This record gives sequence, structure tokens and C-alpha cells, in this order.
Amino acid sequence: MNSLFPFHGGLKTVRHKAESNQRPIASGILPKRLVVPLHQHIGAIAKPLVQPGDRVLKGQRIGQADGYISAAVHAPTSGVVTAVDQQAVPHPSGLTDLCVSIEADGENRWIEREPVDYRRLHPSDLRNLARSAGVVGLGGAGFPSAVKLNLSGHCERLEQLILNGAECEPWMTCDDMIMRERADEIVAGIHILAHLLEPRDVLIGIEDDKPEAIAAMTVACAGTGYQVRPVPTHYPSGGVKQLTKLLTNKEAPLNGRSTDIGVQCFNVATAYTLHRAINFGEPVISRIVTVTGRVAQPQNIDALLGTAFADLVAQCGGYRDRVERLIMGGPMMGFALHGDEVPVTKATNCILAASAEELAPEQPAMPCIRCGACAEVCPADLLPQQLYWHARAREFDKAQDYHLFSCIECGCCSTVCPSHIPLVQFYRYAKNEIWAQEKEKQKAELARQRYQARLERLEREQKEREAKLRQKAPPRPAPVAEASEADQLPIEAAVARARPDRATAPADAPKPPVVVAADSAGQDG
Amino acid sequence: MGVAIVVLSVLAGVSGLLLGFAAVRFKVEGDPIVDKIDAILPQTQCGQCGYAGCRPYAEAIAAGEADINQCPPGGENGIVALAELLGRDPKPLNPDNGIEKPKRVAVIDEQNCIGCTLCIQACPVDAILGAAKHMHTVIDRECTGCELCLAPCPVDCIDMVPVGQTITNWKWAYPSPVSEARQPADRAAA
Repeated sequence: MNSLFPFHGGLKTVRHKAESNQRPIASGILPKRLVVPLHQHIGAIAKPLVQPGDRVLKGQRIGQADGYISAAVHAPTSGVVTAVDQQAVPHPSGLTDLCVSIEADGENRWIEREPVDYRRLHPSDLRNLARSAGVVGLGGAGFPSAVKLNLSGHCERLEQLILNGAECEPWMTCDDMIMRERADEIVAGIHILAHLLEPRDVLIGIEDDKPEAIAAMTVACAGTGYQVRPVPTHYPSGGVKQLTKLLTNKEAPLNGRSTDIGVQCFNVATAYTLHRAINFGEPVISRIVTVTGRVAQPQNIDALLGTAFADLVAQCGGYRDRVERLIMGGPMMGFALHGDEVPVTKATNCILAASAEELAPEQPAMPCIRCGACAEVCPADLLPQQLYWHARAREFDKAQDYHLFSCIECGCCSTVCPSHIPLVQFYRYAKNEIWAQEKEKQKAELARQRYQARLERLEREQKEREAKLRQKAPPRPAPVAEASEADQLPIEAAVARARPDRATAPADAPKPPVVVAADSAGQDG
Repeated sequence: MGVAIVVLSVLAGVSGLLLGFAAVRFKVEGDPIVDKIDAILPQTQCGQCGYAGCRPYAEAIAAGEADINQCPPGGENGIVALAELLGRDPKPLNPDNGIEKPKRVAVIDEQNCIGCTLCIQACPVDAILGAAKHMHTVIDRECTGCELCLAPCPVDCIDMVPVGQTITNWKWAYPSPVSEARQPADRAAA
């Protein structure tokens, strides 16, 4: 069964792959200073383990995974920590984030590397090893792989393990090159994945515009039972859901995960880093980055994490004329950077120096004419028009009714829109607003709980204080103790009324009322 | 005639029993509308509405004693949500209660704090940490920005600091068609 099952929509895009895949992977030069962000993955930011002045070795852990969905960060080379502070990072906002700056000493001295035999390790130990080696998805999202390697609670048996080598984004060739040059090591990584996940089939999806990569992977997979499956070059075949549909004809339920249908997907480069981490004891300290577009020598560089983009561009011979915009990621899903003095992170798959020719010409947005072209190309089978309508009107709950969060932001709809409406921008905006509202709600809930707890505490303290007062004072009936002038009158009247009766009673009987009267008189005094 | 009386009496009896059972079985504790109003309120617990906290204000709205436009931290969005819930027309925020401000948190100048605990007692959500004659500090994650700690401080060492934009709370902006249209022109000019 080698048939493919096309997904809905999608686009034929310009490829621009040949610019950067003609040269072998170059190893990155060692820069003098590396700025390593502590947040290179989805989930909680890693906790810094070093302080300015500390000497670190290559591969030494400098940030500890904080919680389940998090990953460790390591020193890419040996040297001295010069700062642990806020530095510019590659992010659409252009804002800063917590980074560890390391002055390289040029010696490149490794830590003690401890390879382990994964076949003898308990799965949970193996996952922890992956987490502390900082293994995250290298396709661009940076989701911690250790989390994806734990199937418990999601599905009983994994049907298909998919290795994603589709690389559908134009310009990008880092996965292509790693498959050409390091196919055996990728397969070694797949062995570890397969050992942990015990899938029925292992499928490797590669777009058919990469014949060299397909050939190399086929040779490397010979005798392993892993199936290399060329898929048509049709954007976005590298989307997890799209590739899963293509290879297995399975579709994850709405708001569900791929494990719900017995599928798990990893990028080929992730398998490579897992292999290095387990079989060589080398944590993730570098990745392959495509530097392409308007640079003198577009190529792929095995760059240390924390290398400035400017250094990589310099290694490629610098910018050529008329660079309009520097993009991290591809032209479809990437984002424009605010400058090139930002470090390479685990999510940096491509640096594209684009000129006006490469960019879709920006034109003023015109009203939607309801042509439906966007719905035709939407690979997630959504109704982009409706989403746009509601996002624009800030009707976020209605946008969610149209499954806003199933949108993968592939950019197909914006590309085909004849009115040049920045559709994806609207979806990103709406998603961000919904997340912010959600956070706000959680904060309000916390405040509500704390307010309630405080009220209860105050009440409890009040009661305790009263109890203490009562204990300190001699035990008396409360109403008498608090008797006021006004209360006193009826009591005295009652006592007076009682007297004539008491006079006839035995001699010792009138005593108690007198005691009460004296007592209350004493209180007043 | 007799049959009709019997049948109707039996029907009435059965319905009565059913209603009685339902009244006991599906008894609703408290007023659900208060919870719904309270869920919309921002839980700042600042008292700017004139009530001791968000819940008392919610109760007052439900009882018809308070209007829906008395909550400055909830702002316009809060008023619209309340209006929608209660089927009323939204109205502008009552300026007597204050104005809508950007979100801020209290920060204690720890150099000047004398450890009097007055702010701790004023904080409606117990978000200030400290002890008598020891420095106090605000747990910023739990501060609602209600400003109730400002007035009691005898040395004026508490400031309201706007919540700055960080990479975690940054949001994509609303794509404005005008700026989209202008962008290339701007670049050409630059």
C-alpha cells in the first residue's frame, strides 16, 4: 500500500531550492560571542544554571528544563559567561528575552560525554535524557520531543511513526541537505524513536523535488523496514496534519492530537539530534540553518546555537543589493526580523534575505468580494472568509465556532486572495486576543479565590480572637457581660418583682439574684 | 361527571407531587445570576464601584441596587458583557467611579519600606508578603492593581507600575487596512 491520499487545498509555490542546496553543509565559524536564549522551545522558559563569570564547557547545561513541557539549554562552546540578561531574540515583536551570553575561549573543550545504550534504558529514563539534552522539534515549532515520546494516555499502540522530510516551504533546504549528508545518522535516530514508540509502520515523507535526499534515505533505510515515501511537491505537504493525511489517509479529530489516531510525527533533523544526544551524549548545541536569498553564497550552515544571524550572513559572503527584509523561516510562514543581531535558536531553520522581487508585492487591502478562492486552497478545510469576517469584527467566540484554532497559518489564503487581504494577520491577531482573554480570565479566577480565602481568613481570625478573649476573662454568661444601662433596667425590675415572692421563700433563696445584680453593677463600674 | 372529577383530582395530585419533588431535587442554592455577573467582573476587588468587592457589587447589580457602569477596571468591554448578560443597553462608564486605566501592578520601594504591615492589611487578595518591622514586597503575579495599598502607606513607598510588554504577553496587532495600504509608500519615502 503505497498509495497517497491528497489533502484538500494547498498551492503550487515557487521553489527556489536550488539556490542553497548546491553546496555541501558548511560548518559554522566559531564566533567570539554567543548569545544563547533560554527560551528556544514551546513551553516554560529554562531556568538559568550559570552566573556571569562562570566558566562553561561545550555541551554544559546552562538552563534547566522547568516543568514537563520545557527543555534544557546548553553551552554551544567552552568559554566564560559574560551576562545572563535580556537580549534581542528572533521574534516577530523584536523584543528581548532572557539569554546567556558566552565569550568563547576558542578551545571548544567538551564536557564528559556519556553515550548510553538506549535498548537497556527504561523508556522514562530515555525521555528524561532527551529532555535534559534539550531535544526539541527542529521543524520550526520547537516542541519538546520528550513530551511527544510519551504515549501513555493518548493511544494504546502507535500505528504509524512519520518522519517529516517534506520541507514544503520555498527557499528552505536544511532538511534536504541533512537527509543527503547524514541519512545514516537520521536512521540511527529513527531506531531510538521506534524503540520508544513501537510503531507498526515507520514512514518517511519527502517531497519529490528532492531526489537526492530520497535516494540517500532509501539507501540508509535498506533492511530496516522503514518506508521512504515520496510525496508530491504541493505546499503545505509538510504540515503534520497534511502529511499524515497524505501518507495514511487519517485525519485527527477537531481539537484532537495526531496520537488520537495512532500517529506521531517528528522532523528528520530532530531524529538526528536525538541520535547524537543518546548515542554520543552530545546535547543539542547546533542546528543546520539555510541562509539564502540575497546573500553572495546561499548555503546551509551547521551553526552553533547563539551565533548571530549577521555572522552567518557574513560567512555566506554578506548581503547582495536591495535586501528589503530579513525573514526567519520561509516566505510563507516565516516572520520579518527587526535586525540581524539576533541569535540562532533551535527554531531557526532558515534565514531569508528577501528583496522586493521575492516578497509578494504589498498592495492595499480591498474589500472581500466573497470569491471563495481562500476556501478552495485552505489545507485545513476551514472557511477563511468567515474567520476573517469574525476576526475583523472582533467576534472571537464566533471565529472559534468556525474552528479558528485549526488554522495552521500556512498563508495559502492570503497568497491567493485577489483583494490582498492580510488574512493570516487577522487570524494571528484573533488567536492572540483569545489567548490573552483566557489568561485574563485565569488571573481573575485566581484573584477571586484569593479574595474568598482572605475573607474566610479574616472571619476565622475574628472568631479566634473572640475565643481567646473569652478564655482570658472569667467565664460568665455572655448577655450579662455585655449588659448595658438599658438592659439593666428590665433586669432590676424583674429582680424587684421577684423580691416579694422570694421573701416568703426560705432564707437562703434570695441570694442568687443579689449576686447577679452585684455582678452587673460591677461590670458597669 | 364523577369520573371527570376523579381523573382531574388524580392528575392534579400527580402534578403536585412532581412539582414538589422537582422543587426539592433541583433546588438551586444562591442566585445563579450573581455568579454569572461575578464571572464577568475583573475580580480586581478595588471597591471603586462603591462596594466591598466584586462579589458584593455583583449581588447589588442582581438586586437592582447598582448600575452596570460602575466598574472602571472592567472598562467598556465589561460593561458591554454585563449589558448583554442582563439584556440592557450598554452605557458609558460612570466617571464618579473612576476611569479605565491600562493594567498596572503595585511595586514597593523596598529601600523605604518601614515594615508597618498597613498595606498587607489593605490588600484584598493577600498579594503582599512581609511581617511587622520587616520589608514587604508585592507578589506581582497575584497583584490585581486595585491601588488599595497606596493610601494606607505612611511613607508613600508604593508605586503603580504599568505592566510592560514582554515576549510572553506580546500580541499581534490588529491589521489595519490603512497602514497596510500605506506601508509601501512609507518605505518609498524612506
